[in-house]
Amino acid sequence: MWRRFKRDRPGVLSAYVVTFFFLVALAAPLISKLYGKNPTQTYGLDEPGLLNEYGYPVKPNGGMSGSFWFGLEPTLGRDVLMQLVYGIRTSLLIAAAATVLCVLTGVLIGVTAGYLGGRTDYLLGRFIDLLLAFPSQLSFIAFTPVVYSLFVSPEKETPTYLRVVTLILVLWVLGWMGLARLLRGQVLSLREREFVEAAKVTGASPWRIISKELLPNLWTPILVQSTLMLPSFVTIEAGLSFIGVGIVEPTPDWGRMFANGAHYYESDITYIFFPGFAMIVFVVAFNLLGDSVRDAFDPRTGR
Amino acid sequence: MSDKVSPPGPREAVATGEPLLVAESLTKHFPVRGGFPVRRTVGAVQAVDGIDLTVRAGESFGLVGESGCGKSTTGRLLTRLLEPSAGRILYRGRDITHASRKQFAPVRSEIQMIFQDPYASLNPRQTVGRIVSGPMEINGIEPPGGREARVQELLETVGLNPEHYNRFPHEFSGGQRQRIGVARALALEPKVVVADEPVSALDVSIQAQVVNLLQRLQRELGIAFLFIAHDLAVVRHVSHRVAVMYLGRIVEVGTRDDIYGRPRHPYTHALLSAVPVLGDGASPRERIRLTGDVPSPIAPPSGCRFRTRCWKARDRCAVEAPPLARADGSAEGHLSACHFPEPPATADSGGAVRPGGRSGTAGQPGRG
Ligand SMILES: Nc1ncnc2c1ncn2[C@@H]1O[C@H](COP(=O)(O)OP(=O)(O)OP(=O)(O)O)[C@@H](O)[C@H]1O
Ligand code: SF4
Ligand SMILES: [Mg+2]
Repeated sequence: MWRRFKRDRPGVLSAYVVTFFFLVALAAPLISKLYGKNPTQTYGLDEPGLLNEYGYPVKPNGGMSGSFWFGLEPTLGRDVLMQLVYGIRTSLLIAAAATVLCVLTGVLIGVTAGYLGGRTDYLLGRFIDLLLAFPSQLSFIAFTPVVYSLFVSPEKETPTYLRVVTLILVLWVLGWMGLARLLRGQVLSLREREFVEAAKVTGASPWRIISKELLPNLWTPILVQSTLMLPSFVTIEAGLSFIGVGIVEPTPDWGRMFANGAHYYESDITYIFFPGFAMIVFVVAFNLLGDSVRDAFDPRTGR
Repeated sequence: MSDKVSPPGPREAVATGEPLLVAESLTKHFPVRGGFPVRRTVGAVQAVDGIDLTVRAGESFGLVGESGCGKSTTGRLLTRLLEPSAGRILYRGRDITHASRKQFAPVRSEIQMIFQDPYASLNPRQTVGRIVSGPMEINGIEPPGGREARVQELLETVGLNPEHYNRFPHEFSGGQRQRIGVARALALEPKVVVADEPVSALDVSIQAQVVNLLQRLQRELGIAFLFIAHDLAVVRHVSHRVAVMYLGRIVEVGTRDDIYGRPRHPYTHALLSAVPVLGDGASPRERIRLTGDVPSPIAPPSGCRFRTRCWKARDRCAVEAPPLARADGSAEGHLSACHFPEPPATADSGGAVRPGGRSGTAGQPGRG
């Protein structure tokens, strides 16, 4: 399987790209140290001559220079590279955590419903339908503030970690159903196959049948779904922060950079270029990786 | 193909001829649900309706019948894949009818199964090695020399290259896949193997090879086989005894010679007439064409279930279900379920009386 994957050039390339993003997210403090800047300091305000009177960088291309590689943020004058690195860190943390939770829940509920069938399946199926009935974009926007207010009273400031936890929770609760439903269908057809009966005849326990006979046949949909899920969570999280119900200042966030960028793009297109480009590369690479992993996992695709 | 066959396991030996697997009025009804708005059970598919059969140690027992008559259901009941609705299953005298997985564990490995569809019966994500060693792993069997060696030995036994250990099922042909299935069934050194139409999904040219393999295993390892097939031709060469099934019931059972040479039930005659006679240049047997469709197992005919297609049916057949019993002129152990059994002979049983007046078609009333 590994050898098959290594022969797949686009797959290997996108794996490197994706790994690079995760490394950046993990090593953000290290990058900050080496680069000598931090994401919160307002360099443009502290040092005169970087921003003009309207708050835009003096130098062309958004103020890109040897000391500010990706330029400066208009108005506040923070370093764009550091904002982006820490923004990726925040977004990936939320998206990855939500993906892990969704996959675990989806597998658990989908396989249970499919394998047990009958009443359990019926009840779980209706529950999934119920959750799917929420229009997801709207629900994200509507529920996030509600969940915040469950944790802290509206007058008080919501701590950042609680915002992160809330976003993860909301993405989780509204994100697992697709996978669960898909897996339920797969299990439903797989468990009628004769190889499952063959395992039963030899005395296999239900647990063994699920883990050794069914799950290996489910890796493909699980992987494909989760490689679609993670980038979509990144974009949803970005969307929420864009609208203002996600991560708020001063915590750096990938999505909020778009919101800011949208303010400034007429005078400073460079500011939105880096986060936008990074996001496109990330999402495309992740989807390509998903395809390659699927091919590598399926012994029937000839390579 | 190798002729090396490993000796049977060191477990309690069974005497040849001892009843191993016994079904007593075994019944399986699948509920039919329907109705609106409230769903409820509106009927039952009487897939298997009170059958008695005995598979003896070391023998090959054929179970024959048209598609849908309940053969697979019988096989699945006997291997405890399905829960019987009524009746009993005995394995070496022990009641296993409703045994749970744990209670069943001690004898589980002695009753194994070979499946009909060689494509669906092997997990596409497992290598041959894992498929065949799986049963040993589940039952904690550590063969001397290790599982891998044992798997390779089994692969050799069924005529596969032991070096294919790490291949996936999709790399094999249908016949080879079925051999893998046979190796898996043998991995636990069973005493009874239920083979559910093991060759009907295969190419005709391959069928004979697999049948020969099963026959050789049966002889050399002394395993009892319940060999399920949908026509009498396949079973003829492998079975010591044969049971003919129709619509969930056994209509005739006897030794191979009884069934092929002296059948009593009209349905057996009809099935036999469909078997091509090879070799003798004599006139081909006249074919009895059964008219009409097999009735639905949800609402089977009253009395004798064959009566809607039987050319000898009379009033009594509709009222009274014929018991499976020895008919006058039948040998000991040759049972048939018919009020008006045919004379004990067929066209190719040598100088036998042929049922008179039979033309090429059946279904005309008042013949015989
Ligand atoms: N799980 C099930 N639920 C409902 N009905 C079933 C089920 N399994 C089998 N049946 C019905 O029971 C009857 C007997 O089926 P079975 O599979 O035993 O026939 P068969 O003799 O093996 O046929 P074939 O030669 O086609 O394999 C059929 O009418 C079938 O539709
Ligand atoms: S009992 Fe009657 S209907 Fe049934 S097979 Fe015999 S003659 Fe035909
Ligand atoms: Mg069948």
